[in-house]
Amino acid sequence: MSILFTIDSVTAGYEEKIVLRDVTMAVEENDFIGIIGPNGGGKTTLLKVILGLLKPLSGKIDFTSGDLKLNQIGYMPQVAQGDTLFPVTVEDVVLSGMMHDKGAMGRMGRIEKRRAAEVIEELGLSPLAHQALNELSGGQLQRVYLARAVSGSPRLLLLDEPATFVDASFEADFYERLKVLNNRMTIMMVSHDVGTISAWVKSFVCVNGTVFYHPHSKITDEDLRMYGCPIQLVTHGDVPHVVLHKHD
Amino acid sequence: MENLFEYTFVVRSLLGALFASITAGLAGTYIVSKRLVFLSGGVTHASFGGIGLGYYLGINPVVGAAVFGLGSALGMEYMSARGKMREDSAIGILWALGMAVGIIFIYLTPGYAPNLMSYLFGSILTVTDGDLIALGIIAAVLIIYNAMFYRTLLYISFDENYARTFTRHVDLFRYISVGLTGLAIVLNIRMAGVIMILALLTIPANIVMLFTRRYLRIIVLSTVVSFAGISAGFAISWFTNLPTGATIVAVLVLFWLVARAIRSLQKSSNMKKLRKDNR
Repeated sequence: MSILFTIDSVTAGYEEKIVLRDVTMAVEENDFIGIIGPNGGGKTTLLKVILGLLKPLSGKIDFTSGDLKLNQIGYMPQVAQGDTLFPVTVEDVVLSGMMHDKGAMGRMGRIEKRRAAEVIEELGLSPLAHQALNELSGGQLQRVYLARAVSGSPRLLLLDEPATFVDASFEADFYERLKVLNNRMTIMMVSHDVGTISAWVKSFVCVNGTVFYHPHSKITDEDLRMYGCPIQLVTHGDVPHVVLHKHD
Repeated sequence: MENLFEYTFVVRSLLGALFASITAGLAGTYIVSKRLVFLSGGVTHASFGGIGLGYYLGINPVVGAAVFGLGSALGMEYMSARGKMREDSAIGILWALGMAVGIIFIYLTPGYAPNLMSYLFGSILTVTDGDLIALGIIAAVLIIYNAMFYRTLLYISFDENYARTFTRHVDLFRYISVGLTGLAIVLNIRMAGVIMILALLTIPANIVMLFTRRYLRIIVLSTVVSFAGISAGFAISWFTNLPTGATIVAVLVLFWLVARAIRSLQKSSNMKKLRKDNR
């Protein structure tokens, strides 16, 4: 597997305090990483640093190894952030995912609209393309924001708690779609629900001030303790409990 | 001679109505969809301080209003962007302060302030060529600005955090938008008045949003609705001698009530159809 990009001893934070300290990791192409960790541990901050929205205080994000560009990153912020009463249609929102390749005076022509229609179709939103956001259910809204994140055909997809406001019944469908997308892009997904996502992700990163990379999708309480990752491991239903060999 | 006077008056009124409608369509849609109605009210009333100062200094009160309007709009945007205030409280304070400053200066100005009522309630009779030209320029600037940066402005308004991932100029665009909106509001004061201007800018977009949620359509259709409302208001106030601003607001609110009635009829007939189809 080849490296898509690396994070080289990044320290980042806000005016008052440092959130991430000396973070180093390499992200492999086509990985599907679940980012877990306690609240305030720096999960969202990590995404912001990768996106270039927050400049690290020291260290750097190095895109050269995989020749990644900033405009090849798709981003799905926490769903609560958009104003769903704002008068905008599903198609318009999805089109905004293609603004990365355009300047401030960018127009959306036939090519972009066709591309948007493809993504809308792929995510099962076609009948809703010209609906306003306030007419959508939580699950539909979630797919609209996912469509926006992937309409620019990104090589890296960053998702921040994508399932927060969605019923459990929608969740499986959503992760199934991510699995398909994972065939053509690397995915990093922040989640608080380790139990559910462990069925879908390929590896875990625990972020708690610094990061610990766990290269398997099965993670145990013992692992979390070892990483200093104070998260309760929850398993749903009849998930077989897997005990992994100790890392050396 | 009287015919000529009437002719120029009608042309002037129609031009004023056109320019005001364009500002209502563009700035109004922005204000309503971004939920800046209360902030706009603050800007309008703050600009009354500028009107008073203009009287006191003997300069064009509209210039004073423009300076106060622009300053308060940018100031509030700056403070709310830095999260340094409870926004509604600050707007409320600015609102009252502007009116207070205006009244104090007018009180201090010797003699009678002749057109004061027209600033509060609006009057097409007092609109000068300079006012019309200024309104025309701001309308043209708003059209060019929105046409050039349509997508960027739409997406910054909708989801600023996401917009930051594709443009570094989110803050710059926000200040320009708010500044232009502040100016558009203030330059409408002569015609619609401090007290009425808010209705002129917000009712048309609200009417159109009952029927469509497409941003561009809202801009175009609320311009049309404003033009109809303002022209009708002018005509009525011309024939009945009622204050122009108040008449326009009354007409627009009437439009709004009719639109609501049509909308609820539409909804109930849709429901009937659904029930029939499901039987």
